[in-house]
Amino acid sequence: MAAAVRISLLVLLLLGPGGWGQAEPPRDSLREELVITPLPSGDVAATFQFRTRWESGGGQPWGQGGTDHSFLRYAVLPREVVCTENLTPWKKLLPCSSKAGLSVLLKADRLFHTSYHSQAVHIRPVCRNAHCTSVSWELRQTLSVVFDAFVTGQGKKDWSLFRMFSRTLTEPCPLASESRVYVDITSYGQDNETLEVYPPPLTTYQDVILGSRKTYAVYDLLDAAVVSNSRSLNVQLKWKRPPENEAPPVPFLYAQRYVSGYGLQSGELSTLLYNTHPFRAFPVLLLDTVPWYLRLYVHTLTITSKGKENKPSYIHYQPAQDRMQPHLLEMLIQLPANSVTKVSIQFERALLKWTEYTPDPNHGFYVSPSVLSALVPSVVAAKPADWEESPLFNSLFPVSDSSSYFVRLYTEPLLVSLPTPDFSMPYNVVCLTCTVVAVCYGSFYNLLTRTFQIEEPRKGGLARRLANLIRRARGVPLL
Amino acid sequence: MGLLSDPVRRRALARLVLRLNAPLCVLSYVAGIAWFLALAFPPLTQRTYMSENAMGSTMVEEQFAGGDRARSLARDFAAHRRKSGALPVAWLERTMRSVGLEVYTQSFSRKLPFPDETHERYMVSGINVYGILRAPRAASTESLVLTVPCGPDSTNSQAVGLMLALAAHFRGQIYWAKDIIFLVTEHDLLGTEAWLEAYHDVNVTGMQSSPLQGRAGAIQAAVALELSSDVVTSLDVAVEGLNGQLPNLDLLNLFQTFCQKGGLLCTLQGKLQPQDWTSIDGPLQSVQTLLLMVLQQASGRPHGAHGLFLRYRVEALTLRGINSFRQYKYDLVAVGKALEGMFRKLNHLLERLHQSFFFYLLPALSRFVSIGLYMPAAGFLLLVLGLKALELWMQLHEAGVGPEEAGGTSGSSPPHPPTQGVGLASLMAPLLVSQAMGLAVYILPVLGQHVAAQHFPVAEAEAVVLTLLAIYAAGLALPHNTHWVVSTQAPDRGWMALKLVALIYLALQLACITLTNFSLGFLLAASMVPAAAVTKPSGPRPLYAALLVLTSPAATLLGSLFLWRELQEAPLSLAEGWQLFLAALAQGVLEHHTYGSLLFPLLALGLYPCWLLFWNVLFWK
Repeated sequence: MAAAVRISLLVLLLLGPGGWGQAEPPRDSLREELVITPLPSGDVAATFQFRTRWESGGGQPWGQGGTDHSFLRYAVLPREVVCTENLTPWKKLLPCSSKAGLSVLLKADRLFHTSYHSQAVHIRPVCRNAHCTSVSWELRQTLSVVFDAFVTGQGKKDWSLFRMFSRTLTEPCPLASESRVYVDITSYGQDNETLEVYPPPLTTYQDVILGSRKTYAVYDLLDAAVVSNSRSLNVQLKWKRPPENEAPPVPFLYAQRYVSGYGLQSGELSTLLYNTHPFRAFPVLLLDTVPWYLRLYVHTLTITSKGKENKPSYIHYQPAQDRMQPHLLEMLIQLPANSVTKVSIQFERALLKWTEYTPDPNHGFYVSPSVLSALVPSVVAAKPADWEESPLFNSLFPVSDSSSYFVRLYTEPLLVSLPTPDFSMPYNVVCLTCTVVAVCYGSFYNLLTRTFQIEEPRKGGLARRLANLIRRARGVPLL
Repeated sequence: MGLLSDPVRRRALARLVLRLNAPLCVLSYVAGIAWFLALAFPPLTQRTYMSENAMGSTMVEEQFAGGDRARSLARDFAAHRRKSGALPVAWLERTMRSVGLEVYTQSFSRKLPFPDETHERYMVSGINVYGILRAPRAASTESLVLTVPCGPDSTNSQAVGLMLALAAHFRGQIYWAKDIIFLVTEHDLLGTEAWLEAYHDVNVTGMQSSPLQGRAGAIQAAVALELSSDVVTSLDVAVEGLNGQLPNLDLLNLFQTFCQKGGLLCTLQGKLQPQDWTSIDGPLQSVQTLLLMVLQQASGRPHGAHGLFLRYRVEALTLRGINSFRQYKYDLVAVGKALEGMFRKLNHLLERLHQSFFFYLLPALSRFVSIGLYMPAAGFLLLVLGLKALELWMQLHEAGVGPEEAGGTSGSSPPHPPTQGVGLASLMAPLLVSQAMGLAVYILPVLGQHVAAQHFPVAEAEAVVLTLLAIYAAGLALPHNTHWVVSTQAPDRGWMALKLVALIYLALQLACITLTNFSLGFLLAASMVPAAAVTKPSGPRPLYAALLVLTSPAATLLGSLFLWRELQEAPLSLAEGWQLFLAALAQGVLEHHTYGSLLFPLLALGLYPCWLLFWNVLFWK
């Protein structure tokens, strides 16, 4: 698993009616599914997906011509960490809440015991006919967690639904038209199966996911035979050969991002893009949004692969405006086969106004992750799937043609320290320094610019002045 | 400021400065030294206290119980290390992976500028191994580091064992909010420097290293561990880092908290904390600790692997297990529990450690002196230079005129006196020549080592040190060389002007040094100021010359070495002291090149030329 996916972020994408689902959707249909994937490291990933569709009142919300770009928004909150507060409202959106169906497994204390947690809500309009004259709304909720064999399994790597969620499945959600559990039973080695599932699956499903062929055991909760035996379904995984503690296999595309340099004046944002494919080069679209308080020096943008400069075929750069909008940098970069590409750009740390610092300024300021979108060449040819017929999880890994699959990666967010004043006693410091500077500057300036002359002190007071007045009147020289 | 603009008062002030100059200088110097010594006594030292809320009130319960595991891992490590003769990289990788870390390696190589005889290395290449414990559900934005520097021999294997056992224990916990990096470096500090430079993707010292594959965000704090025995009698903590940088005091407070909690015996500079502050013994002991800390900090060397982290604004300290002849011993579990507690509390941090002091002196583990209280000591010493400079300035300004009339005329007639005779050329020559000497001391030893090694029967390292000393001593002949350019008219004003420039130069340098590294600034001021103040070409010249030589930067270094060993209760004989001095010179030059330590260039390019100016003044003709 690439380090890049370990982030929590909020992406709001408003898209116009796309060309995805063109079929007539049934009214108020709920499909729910759970995909369990045992990872080679011994960890287990579980992905829930719930999809609801309903008819909207009116016709098409936006114009005819596909995506309307004026409605396209992208916002990232790199700081947010998902917690129970995010899960409860998310569960309330489900038709059966957490009372029946797959959602009984969503127990917060177990889900937040995991090493990875990702939760999403997608909403989009779907055309109900070919001409898109009427539109349905689709709400898709996904939740992915990775259970850590080390922490929760006490060293054992066998799993069951009960051990993962402390619940078993009893009945489907009454509103659901489809309710299935898929377990990835693809054998990793050359020899026969490395793991087995219990109860034995009635059906299996084969597909090409992320460029490799996968076999899934399918348990359909709507099928009475699955739950009938013991009134509950507790899927169990047993490793026949426990996985060794080896470095996990590397994906074809992964990325890493970091801040280089030290000190509080300048720095460098570096993104490493790894293409581990042995012989295929492929392009990657890199999208970076950087807050305005990191002042990017665009002339320092360098992209190198295998020690040579790599010219991006497309660059879109929108400079930041202070306190208004962040930098936006979008590039299409060709990644040579089996290479590491380094994209780096230098920046200077801005000094904020003192009211602009967060309450915890010494924590640092977050820089949102870069987003990588790529069509990664596939090893196994996949056929473009029919979205309505195939399982929901297929839409997580869309395939455009048979030779490649689409991947979107988010790198890790960054934490950058900005020059921070000592907020513990700003008032004292400001007062003291201002006073000292004012007093010293004023008098030193006075001393340096003035010339001093000795003036004879006037002798005699009133009497002398009077005498002088009289003398002036008389026209004789003054005293 | 009315004081200065009023000619009458100005005259009075000038008279005061001129008449009372000598007593004022003596008073100021004595006050400075006395103030410094008083820092170890209770009204000036305060009890340390935890400032960081995130680490203060929260309770943690230490559950580490992997003492046996740590010992067996340590034995395995030592065995593999002996077998392979280098860091057992494969074994470390395997073990780290088996406890569930993400493991990466980094290879590095470095050719030292000349062979390092104390560590017996020249062409260094090695491999660092590190494992990252990823915090669950976090985005790898922050991390903590536990590092074990491994030297050439098989010391520190218990530290590796304890680190791995801790890693296994930490891996089973779910409360981590920051990633934890477990780092084993080869060639102790060189490896640490290579890893840090690669982590921050900079090249400061010309190290060649492979780029890092795995990172874990901004490092918030680091702890370096040195343990060479299965049981320890006490834990010693080192805080002084590169160029005298110190970690935030809260990190030390944190360590002290867990020392107290676990009932561990903890020492600072190898000295226990005095129990009794009311009698004279307690403060006397703390004076020793304070002096040791000042000497360590002034040396600018990193006293442990933590010292290199400070440059990157990572708060860090080194814990050393000491096994001496005391009765009561602690096993690795006790040390592990202290470390576990520290890491759990560091894990709670919401911000970087910033609440407490960054500039402090430590007379004992639980006592500190803050910057506001120790700065006056250096201020008093520097005041001597200021007073002397003022006196010279006035004398130059009003040469030949009595102070009474001088006050009257000083403002009104911008006068002939200062320009007369004190030509720029006569000042520039000694200034330039002495700076050139400094440059030669800085550059030539390393540059000319091969030439020296070819023509004389010495090794490169010796050649460097001896060249250094030779050029240093050659500087003493400088006055005779500069005389031919110096005009001989008005000789009195000549040396006065030169001394004035030298005083101001010295005062500026010392002030700047004191601001960044108080200990170094104070030591240099304490030694150089008296000689600088009294030097003049008339009077008992041999006495002045002896005083100047005794307080030159090199002599200060030698004296500091003797003082240091004396305080450590391991006094040196003269011959040992000389050997140690030569080794220290070589180390100083090496550390400048390998870690970027600033002491050597500071002395060679700044203080030595300045000192030569005073030497010049003394032999002014």
